[in-house]
Amino acid sequence: MLHFFRKNKKTKQQASVDRGIMVFEHTSEVIQAETILKKSGWVIRVMGPPPEIQTGCDLVIEFPLIEELNLLRTLQQAKISPMTVVPVTAPLLKPVDLFHMKDFGEYLMIRAANMKITIVKESLKIVNISGGGCPDVPFLAQQLVGKTLQDAPHPRELGHTLCGYALELAYQELLKQCLQ
Amino acid sequence: MLAVIGTVPDQTFPLTHGLVRMIDDYLIIDHRKIIINRGTPALIAAAIKTAGSIQDSPEIYAFLIGDIGKGDGSRKLYQYLSEHLSEFEFQVLTFHYLQPDVDWHNKVMFAVEDMEHQPILIADAGFMYVAKMSGQASSYDLFTPDVGELSFLADELAPHPFYTRGFILHQHNQVPELIQRAYQHKNAAKLLLVKGSMDYIADEHHIIETVDSPRIEAMEAIGGTGDTLTGMVSVLCAVKNFTLPDAATLAAKANRFSGYYANPTPATQVIDLINSIPQALLKVLK
Repeated sequence: MLHFFRKNKKTKQQASVDRGIMVFEHTSEVIQAETILKKSGWVIRVMGPPPEIQTGCDLVIEFPLIEELNLLRTLQQAKISPMTVVPVTAPLLKPVDLFHMKDFGEYLMIRAANMKITIVKESLKIVNISGGGCPDVPFLAQQLVGKTLQDAPHPRELGHTLCGYALELAYQELLKQCLQ
Repeated sequence: MLAVIGTVPDQTFPLTHGLVRMIDDYLIIDHRKIIINRGTPALIAAAIKTAGSIQDSPEIYAFLIGDIGKGDGSRKLYQYLSEHLSEFEFQVLTFHYLQPDVDWHNKVMFAVEDMEHQPILIADAGFMYVAKMSGQASSYDLFTPDVGELSFLADELAPHPFYTRGFILHQHNQVPELIQRAYQHKNAAKLLLVKGSMDYIADEHHIIETVDSPRIEAMEAIGGTGDTLTGMVSVLCAVKNFTLPDAATLAAKANRFSGYYANPTPATQVIDLINSIPQALLKVLK
């Protein structure tokens, strides 16, 4: 029975158990919770909330419902608590997972959803961030532009919205393209 | 008078409103200085440059607050607007970078309805997202999406561009179809100015105009080039003799020429394009 809760069993079980979602007050808490849960080895997904709880700029964490207590314990250790946990009763919205790359010769631009980030290929310096509509975009641009990919803070550390999250995806894609 | 409503990326910036001036590369509002980068400051700077280039242009008023994405500043501004907007009179109201929040959006719309004279309503960025999500998109006169945001408007289920469904995103090159779909689901303003490799000015019935030159590839990478376009059209639509489609077409052309005269690379910052606006307007208004 104890094996039931072992993390390495999760993937197989995920398909056969009901799913739940954790709803947080702010998108930034979702981003933090995702980081903590993934670092702890849990298999979770960041998704869009069902229409009845959408407020405008939301993410939720989808997880196997049967593991609720374990996940909550992990989050409590990091002093993060969801506002509520509810079972999934309808398909959730899936975040955009398409990346678009544009080569400007000396520069490379990556777009994820509505966010674009451009670097100098040789120095890996971030020279522009464009797109988006949430208020953390100008703030993120202020913090990242002028720094190299290695030195810049991750958008997920500073971002609070879906636009910030999309920028993190574009940033991760750039890291994959340029540093691996 | 044009009023711009938005945020600045400084958490300590208090709720401030008043006429805005531009000195060198800074905005000045109520003795506070704001650096012009992307976002709402870029929109306001473009509006000021446009107004300074055209006779009988409106003055530029702004309602601003600091918000770095937590939404606290946006909510304070929403609250202020819902309580006080009806006390003001503006020809044009342009809503910009605010944290999307449907409930607050709806309260602000009630305040707009209470204004003595109904202004031209323009929404871009976060406020356009929430306008669509509220189901009240058709109450607006103009949205200024880029092609990615148009896909979001065309997707009746997406609450944010982050959730636009793949089969709609794949229609990136089919702008007229996306425009039609956005109108079909009542998720577009009365007029759309779609920014892209070709700009489209369209209403519910047809594509009114397209603009595709000069084409400056680097502008796609430069943060704030959409904001400058929205700033320009916000001023132009308040100028006598320009209809809203006229203003949108002129702004689309002038924005491209601001890029042309700035001769940018993908590393150029938007302030260089803003400083080229007077020259660009001179060109397109000839």
